[in-house]
Amino acid sequence: MSEAIGTLFIVVGLGFDIFGCIGLIRLPDVYNRLQATTKCVTLGTCGILFGTFILKGFCATGIKALLTIVFLLLTSPVAAHALARGAHKSGVKLCDKSVCDKYAEDKK
Amino acid sequence: MKSRMVLFIIGYLIWLLLGWPVDLQHVLIGLPVAGFVTFVTGDLFSQRIHRLRQITRYVWFCYYVPMFLWECLKANIDVALRVLNPSLPINPGIVRVKTTLKSDTALTFLANSITLTPGTFCVDIDPKEGILYIHWIYVQSQDTEKATQLIVKKFENILRKIFD
Amino acid sequence: MQKLRYFIGLIFILAAIFFIGIYPIPSLLGWQSPFLSRCFFVLMLCFSLCLIRVMLGPTAADRAVAIDTLGILIVGFCAILSIPTGRDWYLDVAIAWGLQSFIGALALAKYLEGRGFDE
Repeated sequence: MSEAIGTLFIVVGLGFDIFGCIGLIRLPDVYNRLQATTKCVTLGTCGILFGTFILKGFCATGIKALLTIVFLLLTSPVAAHALARGAHKSGVKLCDKSVCDKYAEDKK
Repeated sequence: MKSRMVLFIIGYLIWLLLGWPVDLQHVLIGLPVAGFVTFVTGDLFSQRIHRLRQITRYVWFCYYVPMFLWECLKANIDVALRVLNPSLPINPGIVRVKTTLKSDTALTFLANSITLTPGTFCVDIDPKEGILYIHWIYVQSQDTEKATQLIVKKFENILRKIFD
Repeated sequence: MQKLRYFIGLIFILAAIFFIGIYPIPSLLGWQSPFLSRCFFVLMLCFSLCLIRVMLGPTAADRAVAIDTLGILIVGFCAILSIPTGRDWYLDVAIAWGLQSFIGALALAKYLEGRGFDE
């Protein structure tokens, strides 16, 4: 039973991983790509780690997997935020479809 | 001094979890390691330690975690559908929202929650005036008040009860 | 309705990828489980998509984003490696790799902003 649930978590996680990577290829500019990857890849990897925890139970591997989930959920949005700010300050424009850019208005 | 004690205990617990089957070596080596970490990073930890004793904050935190995970799952499905759709239905833009939270921890958690929830993504924070700049993958309203209503409100009330 | 159709179609494509798999490499390593070799194949596909973005990316920021994504994917790769081998130190590698990737992303962001590291 636990094996089936763990396998299900791993498969769902892999699916989200690959959707995030397809988004990385398809979307038009840096900010949209960050949207796709920072959401999908983070939750996908958390799914894989949680599946590992369910397959292994409360042994050394499982507890380390849980710690890695907490760590990943705390750090990955911060890294994405820093990258987006760096990109905006280095002068990367938003794509042609975009509607408004209040940040560039306020910085002037 | 009290805050450093709390930091020491947390660091020691994380050390024990990392080397899970607890044995004598890990217990003994953990003491100097946690002590060193506390000595170096003690100033960065929260100074208002009395808040850790209020039970209601933990209750709200337990309410916050499942809600956050549910929003996170919704965000993923939303992004996956947008990416897989051949016509790529995006309408991106950076909007400005206001928040009334003050403390650093609360602002960090607010930015992280916004980043992992549907369609929105925090680009920059201005902590003095409480303004967040948010990249929105499908802009529904360019007005500050309305965007605040749509994006921030559902997290702000809970986070104020937890961290402020 | 249309959304649902595309979604179901892509799930079928994903299932097809999953069932093709590549047997030789994991069996060279001596593993018995075909399921994990398929997981490996899907992760390899993710890596190659990230590397394509590193290759194409018009600006430096695109490449930084792709490298950050690659770091998070490798954490999942280490987690999958720890299942058939049963060695817990793969997760130690994963934690250390995640830390390195986080600090690397922060450093790249600082570099993109054009500031010094002492600010």
